[in-house]
Amino acid sequence: MRLHHHTHPDHHPGAQPAVVVAVAIGGAGGAAARYGAERIWPTGASAFPWTVLLVNTVGCFLMGVLMVTSKLRFPGSPRLISPLLGTGVLGGFTTFSHYTDNVRQLFENGRPGYAVGCLLLTVVAALAAVTAGAFAAHFVLGRGYAAQDGTR
Amino acid sequence: MTDWLLVLAGGLAGAPLRYLLGVDAKFRLHTAFPWGTFAANASAALLLGFFSEAVTDGELGPRLQLLLATGFCGALSTWSTFSYELLTFASARRLSMAAGYLVLTVGAGVGLSFAGAAVAGAVR
Repeated sequence: MRLHHHTHPDHHPGAQPAVVVAVAIGGAGGAAARYGAERIWPTGASAFPWTVLLVNTVGCFLMGVLMVTSKLRFPGSPRLISPLLGTGVLGGFTTFSHYTDNVRQLFENGRPGYAVGCLLLTVVAALAAVTAGAFAAHFVLGRGYAAQDGTR
Repeated sequence: MTDWLLVLAGGLAGAPLRYLLGVDAKFRLHTAFPWGTFAANASAALLLGFFSEAVTDGELGPRLQLLLATGFCGALSTWSTFSYELLTFASARRLSMAAGYLVLTVGAGVGLSFAGAAVAGAVR
């Protein structure tokens, strides 16, 4: 099935070296920020992984804000801003692999309730957060969300 | 200090690899389905399952854990771009696409995490 070409603010035609560098720098910063959060609020292998859940929720909210803001308010912003902050910082800050690894470890450590709770709660929190971030940016920037929904 | 540098180095490699997977998938496949993000999340889930089990078994030290698990796998995978892609599908009324993408990614991710851990346990 060939669908129409779908443009996304994260994606640019071709891999431009400057964009790769921007994503790398942002990703390093995002990963370090997540590591900082894990050092401040460590969670054991059998405890509920609140820190990773919080990191992912905050990152999804900020991605909703960033994408809508850059589209509505800064459509002509430098082409490295979105890769740096979105794909880089927020992509490196949030983590899908630590989420799945937490779920696996909770199952293996005899905490199936926590495992299923983490599995589902993360999905709900991430989707609610990215939606809330997008709505908040639309609201603050004074445009109706329905008129400018996520399609382009 | 070294701890932070290891995480930074892992993130410096993981995030651009995710970006390049996205660019590559977009040009190769020409579909609306975000195969690049899916490939990044799925491969990171597999690798982290492997590394995490190796840490549990004492085969992987704390420094390599920071570089490979916290830094590289953490930055290779993403929830923020994943969630925004889901929102984009949902707001375009493509709910079955959103649901399929969500279930496929989460299902594959958890399954691959177990697979990676099983491989690490088997080669111990």
